[in-house]
Amino acid sequence: MNAITESNMDPKHATRILVQAGDHWLHELHAGQTFRIVDLEGNQAVDTFFLDARDTAERYCAQTTIREQGSIHLTTGTRILSTRGREMLRIVADTCGRHDTLGGACAAESNQVRYGLEKRPMHNCRDSFLLAMARSGRNLTKRDIGANVNFFMNVPVTPDGKLDFQDGISGAGKYVEMIVTRDVLVLISNCPQLNNPCNGWNPTPVELLVWDPWRPSGARHPHVH
Amino acid sequence: MHKILYKEHLPGGASWSARLRRGQGLRIQDPTGEANLVMGLWSAADPLERFCLPDTLKSQRIARLAAPCTLQSDMGRALASLVSDTCGWHDVLGGLGDHERAVARFGETTYQDRRNDRLSNARDHFLVELGKYGLGERDLVSVVNLFSRVSVDAAGALHWDPKPMPGRGVTLRMEMETLVVLSATPHPLDPSRTWTPRGLDMEVVLLPVSDPDDPVRTSCPENARALELSERLYPGQWP
Repeated sequence: MNAITESNMDPKHATRILVQAGDHWLHELHAGQTFRIVDLEGNQAVDTFFLDARDTAERYCAQTTIREQGSIHLTTGTRILSTRGREMLRIVADTCGRHDTLGGACAAESNQVRYGLEKRPMHNCRDSFLLAMARSGRNLTKRDIGANVNFFMNVPVTPDGKLDFQDGISGAGKYVEMIVTRDVLVLISNCPQLNNPCNGWNPTPVELLVWDPWRPSGARHPHVH
Repeated sequence: MHKILYKEHLPGGASWSARLRRGQGLRIQDPTGEANLVMGLWSAADPLERFCLPDTLKSQRIARLAAPCTLQSDMGRALASLVSDTCGWHDVLGGLGDHERAVARFGETTYQDRRNDRLSNARDHFLVELGKYGLGERDLVSVVNLFSRVSVDAAGALHWDPKPMPGRGVTLRMEMETLVVLSATPHPLDPSRTWTPRGLDMEVVLLPVSDPDDPVRTSCPENARALELSERLYPGQWP
């Protein structure tokens, strides 16, 4: 799966949010909305986790999503599945071509393991997740963090089972777009990692766009009938 | 030979859990060579710390488990290490089978009709075993499928790629106090529609802790650091 699919949704009808490098965003999205993430400057990993907004014990499950679609990469056509095997979102457009399911989020402690015990103070995605959850007033904690999606990150697997972190295949302006099919909380860390090339050694901003189908100007996504 | 503390037979279709201690190991034999064993790990002292599949994979640059390797927590510590392994490939991608998929594959069975031969599934097993420790669905994160092989091609597609070998086995060494949960249920990508879950023989043993020449420690600097972070839980007790 490496399908490049463009969207004809019009950004002028969307709510637009800029998320700077190293910042976090936690927001509820509703079934029927369309959600786009734009890699504004290219090669920027966007660590993203989804929880069911009505019952946060149900959340994105990387292993279920991988297994049911038979592929480790997310792209157009991917059904993002929950721990209870239910669809939460569906990817309907993707100009990057593949997104990672295996690498998870960087953390102070995993940076210690990967890059040296002295790396603990460096900013990282798990810290952003924890702060976003603590500030949300939704009673979310570390217990609610599972393996997340890394949009725009390229992590191929070799036939002998080795993992390879390659420089991104993304570029400036590439985007991924999803239809929300259950009410979800979207938790994003715009990755601050400086120890590897997942952000091209230079973390940069991303833009989020949300279209409401119930607004007069917010046309229903053409992929949903 | 290492001192055997106790033995367990895990019948096909059954689950098991135990808190094991640093200095203990779990030896698992697959007599038929066709078993699948779903495994999850939590810190027994603080189960908010749990097995982290992404950190385990990316620090060792692997998409399967094979000895020597560590199974790391989300706090950078090695919960356990795979120290011996005659299988050489353990799946990390397939995850948990669940009730709906088990029924679709094997048909509905009930305890009323089949007693303890009724079909079971890994997700329900884990919810029950975790419930014994006050844990639940929110604690149930990624698992591994020991003895099953799933490869990935250049396009990213999964391939069920079994290599049955009677008598194969693994030894896990606990690097800290670890809650181990196991389910001897079929791999969710196994295409067989016959309910024949295979049983396993287990021994809880005493194992020496990792020394400076330990093959897990010397396999990569990342594993040396994960072991060091585990050892910091036991200051003065190990060099």
